[in-house]
Amino acid sequence: MISVDDTVKFHFDVDGENFSSAGEASIIMKKSLRQLGFPQNVIRRVTIAMYEGEINMVIHANGGQADVEISPDEIKIVLEDSGPGIADVDLAMQEGYSTAKDNIRALGFGAGMGLPNMKKYTDSMEIETEIGVGTKITMTVKT
Amino acid sequence: MRLDQLAEKLDLKHICGSTDREYDGVYAGDLLSWVMSNASADNIWITIMSNLNVIAVASLTEVACVLLAEDVTLSDEALKAAEEKNITVFSSGKTAYELCVAIAKAEEE
Ligand SMILES: Nc1ncnc2c1ncn2[C@@H]1O[C@H](COP(=O)(O)OP(=O)(O)OP(=O)(O)O)[C@@H](O)[C@H]1O
Ligand SMILES: [Mg+2]
Repeated sequence: MISVDDTVKFHFDVDGENFSSAGEASIIMKKSLRQLGFPQNVIRRVTIAMYEGEINMVIHANGGQADVEISPDEIKIVLEDSGPGIADVDLAMQEGYSTAKDNIRALGFGAGMGLPNMKKYTDSMEIETEIGVGTKITMTVKT
Repeated sequence: MRLDQLAEKLDLKHICGSTDREYDGVYAGDLLSWVMSNASADNIWITIMSNLNVIAVASLTEVACVLLAEDVTLSDEALKAAEEKNITVFSSGKTAYELCVAIAKAEEE
């Protein structure tokens, strides 16, 4: 029987060096959510939102931490980095806004769609950020 | 239509992964988070991107396969990841546009 206290927690250190192979934490989460029996569309929403956040930490913040908390009715994703912070969150949330450099764009990133995707695929999203200190993004998806 | 049936009609080169899966629709694009936003599960994803991140995006979006246009080849590490994650990859000498036209024709036949 599943009780409300039955939460499963995952923690990942997201390496900031290697942006050609970033996304491993999200891929591992996908496997775990499958094993836990979540429906495909829930898995898709959680892992796409997490992937965008994971990639952002690698590209824009030199890595960080990802924590995922799975309870029966909700999946919570917390991404925290000690990067440069986001100066204007409203601007960063706009589709098409990106500060990605050319070498990153050559890999297919930099459409300025990551943060909008995170909002689109989750039920709630909160950004806490401070210049020179870092960024913490908390997202939830109802299962 | 199944991927193997389409591959035969279009003379696609099979790079890796299973081909007996049905596909549903096509999405063409190279900007990864744009693809994340707009590709649907079971789509054929046509792209000229070939690095490791393509495999991650294909896995997370649950597309039916990656179809590399213009004879683009996967990097060794991307090929290895595709095999590990059981992602189906094809390639073709055609451009993305030519592939879209050819797929539409094949579906009408
Ligand atoms: N963790 C972060 N730390 C610092 N800046 C960030 C962070 N995440 C996003 N940003 C800023 O917000 C902008 C918009 O982010 P978003 O993910 O929407 O687009 P992108 O990463 O530039 O491109 P895409 O996600 O489409 O590949 C980034 O270009 C960057 O300036
Ligand atoms: Mg991004």
